[in-house]
Amino acid sequence: MPAVNETIETVDRISGGGYKFGFETNIEMEFAPKGLNEDIVRLISAKKGEPEWLLEWRLKAYRAWLSMEDPAWARIHHPRIDYQDLHYYAAPKKPAPKSLDEVDPELLAMYEKLGIPLNERAALAGIAVDAVFDSVSVATTFRDTLAKAGVIFCSISEAVREHPELVRKYLGSVVPAGDNYYAALNSAVFSDGSFVFVPKGVRCPMELSTYFRINARNTGQFERTLIVAEAGASVSYLEGCTAPMRDENQLHAAVVELVALDEATIKYSTVQNWYPGDAEGRGGIYNFVTKRGACRGRNSKISWTQVETGSAITWKYPSCILQGEGATGEFYSVAVTNNFQQADTGTKMIHLAPNTTSTIVSKGISAGRSNNTYRGLVRIMPRAMNARNFTQCDSLLIGDRCGAHTVPYIESRNRTAKVEHEATTSKIADDQLFYCRARGLSEEDAVGLLVNGFCRDVLKELPMEFAVEAQKLLAVSLEGSVG
Amino acid sequence: MLEIKGLTATIDGKEILRGIDLTVPEGEIHAIMGPNGAGKSTLSYVLSGREGYEVTGGSVTYNGADLLAMEPEERAAAGVFLAFQYPVELPGVGNANFIRTALNAIRRARGEAELDAVQFLKEARAAVTALKMPDDMLKRNVNVGFSGGEKKRNEVLQMALLKPTLALLDETDSGLDIDALKIVAEGVNALRGPAFSALVITHYQRLLDHIVPDRVHVLAAGKIVRSGGPELALELEANGYAGLEAA
Amino acid sequence: MSGTDLLDGFDLAALPGASAREAASARLRAGGWPTRRDEAWHYTDLAAGLRGFALGPAPAVEVAAELPEGQRVVFVNGRFDAARSTAPDWVGRLGGAAADTARGGVVVALNTALAEDGVAITLAPGQQGGTLFLVTLAAGRGETMPAIAPRHRIALGAGATLTLIETARGEGSYLHAPVFEVELGEGARLNHYRLQDESGEAVHVATIFAEIAGGAGYESFTLNRGARLSRNETHARLTGPAADVHLNAAQLLNGTQHGDVTTVVRHDAPDCASRQTVKSVLAGAARGVFQGRIEVDRIAQKTDGYQMNQALLLSDEAEIDSKPELEIFADDVKCSHGATIGALDPEQLFYLRSRGVPAAEAKSILIRAFLDEALEPVTDEAARAVFEAAIGAWWREGA
Repeated sequence: MPAVNETIETVDRISGGGYKFGFETNIEMEFAPKGLNEDIVRLISAKKGEPEWLLEWRLKAYRAWLSMEDPAWARIHHPRIDYQDLHYYAAPKKPAPKSLDEVDPELLAMYEKLGIPLNERAALAGIAVDAVFDSVSVATTFRDTLAKAGVIFCSISEAVREHPELVRKYLGSVVPAGDNYYAALNSAVFSDGSFVFVPKGVRCPMELSTYFRINARNTGQFERTLIVAEAGASVSYLEGCTAPMRDENQLHAAVVELVALDEATIKYSTVQNWYPGDAEGRGGIYNFVTKRGACRGRNSKISWTQVETGSAITWKYPSCILQGEGATGEFYSVAVTNNFQQADTGTKMIHLAPNTTSTIVSKGISAGRSNNTYRGLVRIMPRAMNARNFTQCDSLLIGDRCGAHTVPYIESRNRTAKVEHEATTSKIADDQLFYCRARGLSEEDAVGLLVNGFCRDVLKELPMEFAVEAQKLLAVSLEGSVG
Repeated sequence: MLEIKGLTATIDGKEILRGIDLTVPEGEIHAIMGPNGAGKSTLSYVLSGREGYEVTGGSVTYNGADLLAMEPEERAAAGVFLAFQYPVELPGVGNANFIRTALNAIRRARGEAELDAVQFLKEARAAVTALKMPDDMLKRNVNVGFSGGEKKRNEVLQMALLKPTLALLDETDSGLDIDALKIVAEGVNALRGPAFSALVITHYQRLLDHIVPDRVHVLAAGKIVRSGGPELALELEANGYAGLEAA
Repeated sequence: MSGTDLLDGFDLAALPGASAREAASARLRAGGWPTRRDEAWHYTDLAAGLRGFALGPAPAVEVAAELPEGQRVVFVNGRFDAARSTAPDWVGRLGGAAADTARGGVVVALNTALAEDGVAITLAPGQQGGTLFLVTLAAGRGETMPAIAPRHRIALGAGATLTLIETARGEGSYLHAPVFEVELGEGARLNHYRLQDESGEAVHVATIFAEIAGGAGYESFTLNRGARLSRNETHARLTGPAADVHLNAAQLLNGTQHGDVTTVVRHDAPDCASRQTVKSVLAGAARGVFQGRIEVDRIAQKTDGYQMNQALLLSDEAEIDSKPELEIFADDVKCSHGATIGALDPEQLFYLRSRGVPAAEAKSILIRAFLDEALEPVTDEAARAVFEAAIGAWWREGA
C-alpha cells in the first residue's frame, strides 16, 4: 500500500518521529459494513456466537444510545463524529487461534516490534499478556499457569462462552449499559476486551497485562474489560495502548468495570500512548473511556494509576464507588499534552460507607498549544462516617500557548468526614532549570528530569517495568516543547 | 586558564560589575573577598551563564574559548562548576539520578563513554564516604528537606563526582559549622592539582584557613580594588572592608 | 413559575427605558430561572427556591431600623429614602432606566428589567470618600413576593478611596436582587464590606461586577447569615498591571438555609494578585456552596492567585459543596487553591474544656478563630463592629 506508506512517512517527518509506534501491520481483515444500526449490533453478536440475553442487552444499550446526546461539559472540542462513517467490527480473517502456535506470524511480529513478545518463553517473566488487535483478542499468554491458581484471564468473548454465569452476573453491574453516551455505544458494539476473575482468597501469581492496538483504518475500537476479585483476592493489571499514525481521527470508546469484594484489592495501571496526532493537530485518537470500580466489599481497595501521554483527545475519569465499609479508592494520574492535544481527565470518588478513604494525586503537564484539564468529584454521602479524602492536583505549563485547568467538585454531607484538597499551577522554576543546566544538562534534558520529578508521586505507583517505560514516554511526549 | 577582561554587567539596567580584570592560571586557587553588595554573586552567575544578567562589556575566556558565548550546560561540559550559594531544591528528582544524568551529559558532550548505574554508584558511594556524609544522601531528592549544611555538602559531593577543572565556590562557607566547613574544604583540596583551578568567593576569612589560596582579590562596588597573597585575607579580617571603595 | 410568566406581575412598559427592559425580560422569559442543569447554578437551584411564589412590584413601605452614625444612604424596598439618608454630594441616584448589560446571567437580566433606582457613587481622581454606609431595608407584607432590584454604581477616579459598608436587612418574604457595577480607576482603592442579614423568609441574589484598573485595589468581605436562600456572585476583572483584589467571605448558616458564595476573578493584565479566603460554618440542615474560579489570560504573566475555602460542618444534616476552579493560559504564574472540610477538632475542644471553658463557649471560641482569617482584611473599625455584632448575634440565636 504505497499511498499509506507515504502518509506515514509524511506524518513521521512532521512529528519529528516522536511517535515510534506509528507503523501499520498488513493483515487480511474482515470488516463489518460501515455504519451503526440494530443489524450491525446483531451481526457483532452473531459473529461472536453470543447468547440471546447478551444480544438483548446490547440492543437495549443501542436504543438508549439513540436517545442520548454526547456530553458537552468537558473542555474538549472536536468536529461532530459521524457515527455512520465507521466500521464497528474488524477482525483478522483467519479463524480465532486456539493456541499461540496458530496466531498469524504477522501479528506476533507486530507485537514483537512493540516490545510485547507473546511467545511465552520469551515473555517478560511473570507477566501474562492478553493482546487485543483492533476489536479482537488475538492471544493470551500464561493461561495454564493462571488456571492452576484458579485465575481466569481470557478475552471477554471467550468468557461469554466459557463462563456465561460470571459475565452475566457482573457485566454492566458497575457501568450500566445506559450510563453515558460513550458507555452506551460501547455496550451496544463492544467486540472484545479482557476478562479477569480472581476467586476467593487467591493472590494472582503474576501481573496481568493487556496490550491494545488499533490498526485498521476507519474503525472504532470498543473494548470491554471486566475484572472481578472475590473476597480476599488480589490482582495487578496493566494496560498499554498504541495505534498507527493516520491523518484522520480514530475513535476509541472503551469501558472498564472493576468489582472488588470483601478485603479484595485491584490495582489497575494504564500507560496510554495512542497516537496523539501530528504537530499541526492532524489525526490522533479520540479516547472516550469510561472506567469505574466498585469497592463492594468490606476493606476492599481499588487503585487506578494512569500515565496519559497519547490521544488527540482524552476524556476519561477512572472512578471508585466506595460501597464497602473501610474501602479504599486511589487515583494516581499523569496527563501530558503537547501540540494540539486535549485532555479532560480526572476521577470520581463516591463515599457511601463508613471509614472509607480516598486519595487523588493528579499531575497535569501542558505544552505546545494543548489544553489539559483535571476534572474530579469527591462526594461524601451521609452514611460515610469518618470518611477521608485527600486530593493533590498540580499543573505545570511549558510555554505560553497552552492551558491548564483544574475543576474539582467537592461535596460533603457528613460532619465526621474530612476532606482536603490542594491544587497548584506553575511553570518549571527558572532557578531549577538553571541549576540543572549549570550541572551540564541540556535544557530539554533538564525539563525532562524536572517533569519526571514533578510526576514522581504517581510514577512510583506503577509496576517497575511500566515506570521505566512511562518515564521515557514523558520525555518523548514533550520533545520539541522547549526553547 | 580563566581570563576576565574589563567585564561589566547589569541586572535590570543597574550596573553591578564595573570592569573586572582577573586572571586565574591553571592549577591556582584564587579567593574573592568583599563586602555585601560588592557583586561577588553576580560575578559567579555571570561566569556560569544565569539568565537575567546582562553583560554590557568585556570578555571572559576559559582555556582560550569564549565562555560568555556558551550556554550554561556547555560551560559545565567545558569544566566549569558553580557551587551555588543557595542550592536549588528539585522535588521528585533523586540525587544519584541527578548527578549521574549530569555526569553522563558532560561525558557525552566530551565524546566520552557514559557510566552505567553500577559504575556510577560505586564512585558515588566512595565519594559520600570520603566526604563523611550520611548514606541516604544519594537516595534523597536533590536538596529537598536538606539542612543548610547538607545542601552545601551536596554541592561539594556533586563537585567531587563531576570533577570540574574550574570551580566557582559562591559563599560555600556561609551557614556552615566548623566541622562541615572542614569537610567542604577537604573536598576542594582533594581536587587540587595542576589541572584544577578555583575561584573561592567568600565574605569571611575563615574558609581560607582551610583552603589556602594562591591569590586573594578584593571586590568592592563591582571592581577588583586590591590583590595580594593569602596575607591580604588576614589583613581584611583584622581591619574590615571599610575604606576599600576609595582605594 | 415557568419562564414565560415570571414577570407577569409587572408593568414594564410603564417604566422608563422600555427597550432595554424588554430585551432583558425576553432573556429572562426565554431561559426561566436557573436550575441545577445550568453549570453556573449546579449547586443552587434558584428555580426550586422561587417555585410557588408570585413575584410582584415592591410596594412603598416604611421599615423601622436603627441607623449608623455618619455618612449613609438608605434604601427601602429598592427606593432611595432621602429623609433618613445623610449623603455627601458625590452620592447621587441612578434613576430611570438601568443600563443594559449583556454580561451576567438571568439574575442580572431580572435586575435590568426591573431596576428603578440605585445609588450612584462618583469620586473624582484623588478624592477621599471616607466611610459610607449603604443601608438597604426591605419588607414583604402582601400577597405577592416583592422583587427588589436596585442597580448600584460605584466609580472611583484614579487614586480615590472609599470604604463602603453595606447592610441588607428586612422582614417577611421578598426577593432582593441588587446588581453592583464597580469601576476603579488607576491606583484607586475600594473597601467593600457587606453584611447580608436578610429576613429568614427572603431570597437574596446579589451580583457584583468590579473592573479594577492598574495599581488599583478592590478589597471585599461579605458575611452571609440571613435569607432562606442567598447567593453572592462577584465577577472581578483586573484590567491593568499590578492591581489586586481580595474577595473574602464567610457564611454562618443554620436551619434549612442555603447560602452560596460564587466568585470569578479574571486576570487580564500582568503582575496582578488575587486573594480569596472563604469560610463556611454550617449548622442544622443548612447547605453552603462555594464556587470560585480564577481565570488567567495569556497576557497575564506573573499572576499570583490564591484561593482557600474551608467549611465546618456542625451537624449531621449540614452539607457543603465546593467547586474551586483554575483556568490558566499564561505560563509564568503562581496559582493555587486549597479546600478543607471537616468538623470542629475534638481535641481542641477538649483542650479548652479541660482549662475550664464551658462546651458552648469553647465551641464559639473555636468557630470565631476559624472565621478569623477571612475577616483579617477588614481593618475598618466601623465595619469590624458590624460584623462582630452579626457573628455575636448568630451565637445567641443558637448555632
